[in-house]
Amino acid sequence: MTATLNVTPDRGEFAPARRRGVRKKLTFDRVSFMLVFLGLPLAIYLVFVVSPFIQACYYALTDWSGFTPTQNFVGLANFKRIFTDDIFLTAMGNNILLAVVLPLVTIVIAFIFASFVTVSGSSRGQTRGLKASGFYRTVSFFPYVIPAIVIGIMWSLIYDPSNGLLNGILTAIGLDQFQDFPWLGDERTAMAATIFVIVWSMVGFYMVLFVAAIKGIPAEYYEAARVDGAGRFRIAVSVTLPMVRDTVQTAWIYLGILALDAFVYMAAMNPGGGPNNSTLVMAQQLFTTAFTKGQFGVACAMGVVLAAVTLAFAGLVFLVNRLLGGKADS
Amino acid sequence: MTTSTIPSTEESAAYLPRKAHDTPGDRAFGSVSHIILIIWAAIVILPMLWTLMTSFKTTSQIFASPFSLPDGLHLENYTGAWTTAGIGNYFVNTVIVVGAALVIVMVLGAMCSYVLARFQFFGSRAIYYLMLAGLTFPIFLAIVPLFFTLKNFGILNTLPGLIITYVAFALPFTVFFLFSFFRALPGEVAEAAAIDGAGEWQTFFRIMLPMARTGFATVAIFNFLGLWNQFLIPVALNTNVDNYVLSQGMAAFASQAGYAVDFGQLFAAVVITVTPVLIIYILFSRQLQGSVSQGTNK
Repeated sequence: MTATLNVTPDRGEFAPARRRGVRKKLTFDRVSFMLVFLGLPLAIYLVFVVSPFIQACYYALTDWSGFTPTQNFVGLANFKRIFTDDIFLTAMGNNILLAVVLPLVTIVIAFIFASFVTVSGSSRGQTRGLKASGFYRTVSFFPYVIPAIVIGIMWSLIYDPSNGLLNGILTAIGLDQFQDFPWLGDERTAMAATIFVIVWSMVGFYMVLFVAAIKGIPAEYYEAARVDGAGRFRIAVSVTLPMVRDTVQTAWIYLGILALDAFVYMAAMNPGGGPNNSTLVMAQQLFTTAFTKGQFGVACAMGVVLAAVTLAFAGLVFLVNRLLGGKADS
Repeated sequence: MTTSTIPSTEESAAYLPRKAHDTPGDRAFGSVSHIILIIWAAIVILPMLWTLMTSFKTTSQIFASPFSLPDGLHLENYTGAWTTAGIGNYFVNTVIVVGAALVIVMVLGAMCSYVLARFQFFGSRAIYYLMLAGLTFPIFLAIVPLFFTLKNFGILNTLPGLIITYVAFALPFTVFFLFSFFRALPGEVAEAAAIDGAGEWQTFFRIMLPMARTGFATVAIFNFLGLWNQFLIPVALNTNVDNYVLSQGMAAFASQAGYAVDFGQLFAAVVITVTPVLIIYILFSRQLQGSVSQGTNK
């Protein structure tokens, strides 16, 4: 175990600042300190986080219903069952759709907004952004701190077919076909309407993230590109985007993990899975299987699938970034 | 596109002073960007203002028109939501659970990350990675066994059970971020304290913890928001209505309002739930945005 190994290699300033120690004596003071400081948090963590994760992997292989003291080992039968279950596969498809569309839309919007407020100002003189950028940032960021369940409830009130704000506005400007249109109750619009709400709540956060990343780019790069005659769009795509590549990767992974969960938003807007299960996600199906049907073994197997998909997704994002030349640029 | 070899400087694009004049193209582009950003700001603000306004209307007014102004402040929506809908009770539960969990997780997280960041011993790195793993796996995988773990301890459906679960799941995030703060502190200070005769306990509480204050505050704000907004853990592990926290109480209220229909109260309940985070946001907005930024600065 070497002290010089940097745990977070991408953050230079966190490199170990301390010297390789003179080996210290084990006094009572030090031993009691270590035991309490490390032992207590670790014990809680092991009992309430690590152990449930491990147990879940075991229960996934049993036919446990939760009410019997013992359970029978059934091997991979649970997995066979959920992979032949049309409803679960629909839910998985919806999750995958979310994991592709949600990060893409959010990142594109957040990136455009971040470019606006940082480097899209005057094309002469120093590179700079728009005025009042702080206002836009602060306003857009706010939904991020609102409880997701409340965001869901608020928007389901806005989408309300007869009393909602959206149909009110649409009919007021003369689009009468939207009178009583059920945005969350129509199979064609339910998913899109839901995705919009999640994007609405996330754009501000990622905008702030991108603003920070863009501010870290040396101004000379922009000046050089401008001297070469690059326009704004060209600069955004060829200078800014490659320079914030790692932030895009981080954002994509965070948003993907959110999309593969999405339980809160769905529970608020379409608790039953939406029209014809069009917004059903794996997490909802897991929850019903466990706490309504009491099929704990099957539910744990779904949890394992969910975890596997999440890890595979993160791996895929890393791989794509690497294939597109991530290491060469940064 | 040039492959620039100009060395990077500390100066970043946005901090530089303005001088030159704008070309017409700049002005057009600037206007378009402003319009787009203003539209987005409106999309963010209007739904909230509409919710606030509607919370002062009676249910029949809400049915009449989404735009009509309230004919007075119908505060009975708020009192109704607070008492009959039980939001007041949920609010108190949430304050207790989030408050206790926040204090405990910050203390335990600081202790744990301090030891991991500043002491080398067999397995310290393994423990750190174990914590990181907890940050990656979806909580859903653990939820079923967790239900039975709490049941076996006899704390299922109780506030203490909820508190300890919150603590356990907020711990990885806390440790992960405080770890880097403690790492960045100069070791000389601890050595000086040791020479002056301070023990490990004293060094931590009197010297190192105060030095990590800024990082500590940021992590605490994020933990507060995360715990206040937590939904899955209470829904699965806290099914006794008396012990409901706000998020799950809101969900229950909203799904039942579909039948009992007191939309005025539902809107009021939404406002009650958002207010605390709004206050936190206004107070700490700069710090929140700043710490999001810190994560990416290289």
